[in-house]
Amino acid sequence: MGDSQYSFSLTTFSPSGKLVQIEHALTAVGSGQTSLGIKASNGVVIATEKKLPSILVDETSVQKIQILTPNIGVVYSGMGPDSRVLVRKSRKQAEQYNLLYKEPIPVTQLVRETAAVMQEFTQSGGVRPFGVSLLVAGYDDKGPQLYQFFHFRHCICSAACLKNDDDVACRYTDDMELEDAIHTAILTLKEGFEGQISGKNIEIGVIEADRTVLTAAQIEDYLQEVE
Amino acid sequence: MVGKNCFAIASDRRLGVQLQTIATDFQRIFKIHDKLFLGLSGLGSDAQTLHQRLVFRHKLYQLREERDMKPETFASLVSAMLYEKRFGPYFVQPVIAGLGEDDKPFICTMDSIGAKELAKDFVVAGTASESLYGACESMFKPDMDHEELFETISQALVSSIDRDCLSGWGGHVYIVTPTEVTERILKGRMD
Repeated sequence: MGDSQYSFSLTTFSPSGKLVQIEHALTAVGSGQTSLGIKASNGVVIATEKKLPSILVDETSVQKIQILTPNIGVVYSGMGPDSRVLVRKSRKQAEQYNLLYKEPIPVTQLVRETAAVMQEFTQSGGVRPFGVSLLVAGYDDKGPQLYQFFHFRHCICSAACLKNDDDVACRYTDDMELEDAIHTAILTLKEGFEGQISGKNIEIGVIEADRTVLTAAQIEDYLQEVE
Repeated sequence: MVGKNCFAIASDRRLGVQLQTIATDFQRIFKIHDKLFLGLSGLGSDAQTLHQRLVFRHKLYQLREERDMKPETFASLVSAMLYEKRFGPYFVQPVIAGLGEDDKPFICTMDSIGAKELAKDFVVAGTASESLYGACESMFKPDMDHEELFETISQALVSSIDRDCLSGWGGHVYIVTPTEVTERILKGRMD
């Protein structure tokens, strides 16, 4: 097929109008671990599987959900190292905004700037696109918000699952409360989970009006409730 | 000057180079948006340039964030911009006045390199600032409504300007309430 001849250079379009490298990057995301986010009426939940390479790894030292500002958190699917680079850049942009305006950055602005960074890497020379898809959850004046990144495209969403959208969609209701959202998130993760789900191999982040909570051992309690 | 759910900002109208008067209708107070006004005293060309740059930044902010800047945010922006030129400053002293969240009045002033000074009652700047401090201090009362505020700020302005040889040719007063903006020209000693 004509496409494969164009699949090695990022900055060349294929005859069918695609940038094949980006498609490959999305495949890298697709083969990553599941992560999902749900926007509730009073907060946002993001959650992810945390499969460690070996049982000898201390799971508390691995953090897939990261905080960008005190009221914005992010989770990824795909290549961990790539996401760390994006987290660093986003944190810096958020702080620069704060330095200039002495105000916390609105979620939309941070998302826009991070998306611009991701786009740069699809149009420059000598670089490759990020092999991650991000879910950014935040709370600001406009209330709780959830954004999903398809590379440089970002769209606001109420619930998103980076692997199987249908599971989340069928359980989602518009006026969900935060507690229900957490339970839904755990149930959805359970669906695709291989092996026994426990507080040690999933990570959940909760963003509410006045704080960001990264529950760790508290996950066990929620798991009990779900059972 | 701050009133009850309103504020007033006023300036004189003289533009001069030491003793020579160049203009008697110089605009020193600029509107950034309906609830935010900026007064710039000091060097005329720096005042105009800084105003243009701030309007530029504000317009971009409006396009990106789809809302007007809050006065506190704007003050931080002005302060940052002035400090950028720390070793070659703009020779201006800004006075910022606006209605913030819930239409709460906000005023502040800065020196020419961006040291913010917030106040709850009044702020002054310019060649007649010492007179203005005295006049405002004695005439100010908290929680004035917009009519009374207009009288007070006009009296304070005119009495201070008349005593200062580098200020004069009348005054320009803006009274801003959550619903409307009133602009009035004062006649003082026309010299």
